[in-house]
Amino acid sequence: MSKPIISVNHLSKVYKTGDIEVKALSDVSIQINEGEFVAIMGSSGSGKSTLMHIMGALDKPTSGSYLLVGHNVESLSDDELAEIRNKKIGFVFQAFNLLARTSAIDNVKLPMDYAGYPDNEQEQRAKQVLQMVGLADRMDHSPNELSGGQQQRVAIARALVMKPAIILADEPTGNIASVQAEEIMDIFQKLNDDGHTIVMITHEEDIAEHAKRIIHLFDGKIKI
Amino acid sequence: MKLSKLIKSGFKNLGVNKLRTGLAILGIVIGIGSVIALVSMGEASKLAVQSQIQSIGSNLLTVSPGSQTSGAVRGAPGGATTLTNEDAEVIKISAQITTIKNVSPEYSGRIQVIAGRNNSNSQVVGVEPAYADVRKITVSYGGFITSQHVFRMSKVAVLGPSIAEDLFGENTNPVGQTIKINGNDFLVIGITKAKGGSGPTSQDDQIYIPLSTAQKQLFGVKHLTSIALEATSENVMTKAQNEVGYLLLARHKLSDPAEADFRITSQEDLLDTITSVTGTFTTLLSGVAAISLLVGGIGIMNIMLMSVTERTREIGLRKALGAKKKTIIQQFLVESIILTFIGGVIGIILGISGFYVYSQVSGSVFVVTVQSVILAFGVSVGIGILFGWYPARQAANLQPIEALKYE
Repeated sequence: MSKPIISVNHLSKVYKTGDIEVKALSDVSIQINEGEFVAIMGSSGSGKSTLMHIMGALDKPTSGSYLLVGHNVESLSDDELAEIRNKKIGFVFQAFNLLARTSAIDNVKLPMDYAGYPDNEQEQRAKQVLQMVGLADRMDHSPNELSGGQQQRVAIARALVMKPAIILADEPTGNIASVQAEEIMDIFQKLNDDGHTIVMITHEEDIAEHAKRIIHLFDGKIKI
Repeated sequence: MKLSKLIKSGFKNLGVNKLRTGLAILGIVIGIGSVIALVSMGEASKLAVQSQIQSIGSNLLTVSPGSQTSGAVRGAPGGATTLTNEDAEVIKISAQITTIKNVSPEYSGRIQVIAGRNNSNSQVVGVEPAYADVRKITVSYGGFITSQHVFRMSKVAVLGPSIAEDLFGENTNPVGQTIKINGNDFLVIGITKAKGGSGPTSQDDQIYIPLSTAQKQLFGVKHLTSIALEATSENVMTKAQNEVGYLLLARHKLSDPAEADFRITSQEDLLDTITSVTGTFTTLLSGVAAISLLVGGIGIMNIMLMSVTERTREIGLRKALGAKKKTIIQQFLVESIILTFIGGVIGIILGISGFYVYSQVSGSVFVVTVQSVILAFGVSVGIGILFGWYPARQAANLQPIEALKYE
């Protein structure tokens, strides 16, 4: 039995806009173990993004508990959350979210800057992960000189560089042409084969197929 | 995160919108530049006044006529004709006076002076030989007024170097030539050594003639415009002021010092007055300059707030990748400090250049104090921190999730 990375219990999230309450998640319980590749599927408004944000320690639940590699996330301060995100989670966003006018390698180094790694180690690790995603020859290009698929590969390299416990990918192929989307999925597949734990949000069936386990969300609840 | 990296990324971010960055810097440039220029000008004029007064002598007392009071009407100060040669004589010989070394009775007025084709309206001072000692005048060519000249009412004149140049041109020796003062021929017998300073009160611009000649032949008066006194030392100035004051009150048959028809001022009094006047001006001007600096600072804050709003997504991403509040604050503070620091450097350079031009044009001293430069640096960095703080905090307090969703 492999150890649990994420353990979500009876999680609820309610958004308040004036007097109107919107229940984004209600009573969701999920466990994700080391080495898993999980796809969370659902239509828009199903609460999958909210779940992703809470799992990524970007947002806090209204009720319920969330354990991330043993840390009780809902009790942490903003700065402690920042440190958790820095060390334990690697984010891959739909819109890549790379810093403009900043070379690929400097984008990859950014999380290590926040962790306070020395320059030579940053250089070495950044090169290593960029090589891993097949961008060894594009390290000094800035995002606007790269294709969508290449930009997403830089983002994956950035997610990997801190050796996180889990990679959270939010619609990673949403902004990419389908041929390149396959390349991205191949990378995720390979990373999972190497032992990385991956949680991916998507609404596309053929993308979700790559995962070993699929969780369906519907109206803020898990559909079994 | 390392400071060097913060600075590097700060420059990169500010370089994105060069016009906006330039305009924000310009605000600080104008503020710092005007503060530096105006404070320096104030300092320079204070120094000039001080050195001019010091050159006249620090143990100098001047008795000048007060206002003439006839009945209940009090005239303008200095208008009285109550100060006489006898007053000066009594100060010289009275046993009550123990602290005065030299007495110089003086009558000065403006009058027309002609030398060849040059015609000027000049300050002519009737003096006795003691003037040179009391007012620290030395002669570079020829000699000064002697008691013989005063006794004989000689028509001789000693010129200040500036007036000599005005009348006879540069690099000439006018000693032995004649000038016409109010139609009378005067023989030039000496030129005084330059003392610096400018304007009608400068000793370099005056013409000295015997007191008797001035009173009886030129102006036709019996009174004096001032009596200059040299005290035995700087430490007895107050005592000397009192002794002379009581003596003159008694001579003028006045019992109440408030009714005195004369004023006794020391160089220190004069220095205090002028210093306080120039000080007030400097403070006022610096105040105006400080306001422009404040406006510059508000400009910085405006730019930084705009930048925070524009870069909401970037901030969200940075937080998602592990940037703590402190790091975000540092990042934005570094940017605002870069703006104000650059503005400060350019402002200091421009301010000093402006002051240099001013000093060349006005002929005043050019002194830049290290303190004022350091202060200006400090102020510009301080403004960066002060006006950058609020935008930086706004950025740091953004919730990563809200920031990432922001379009």
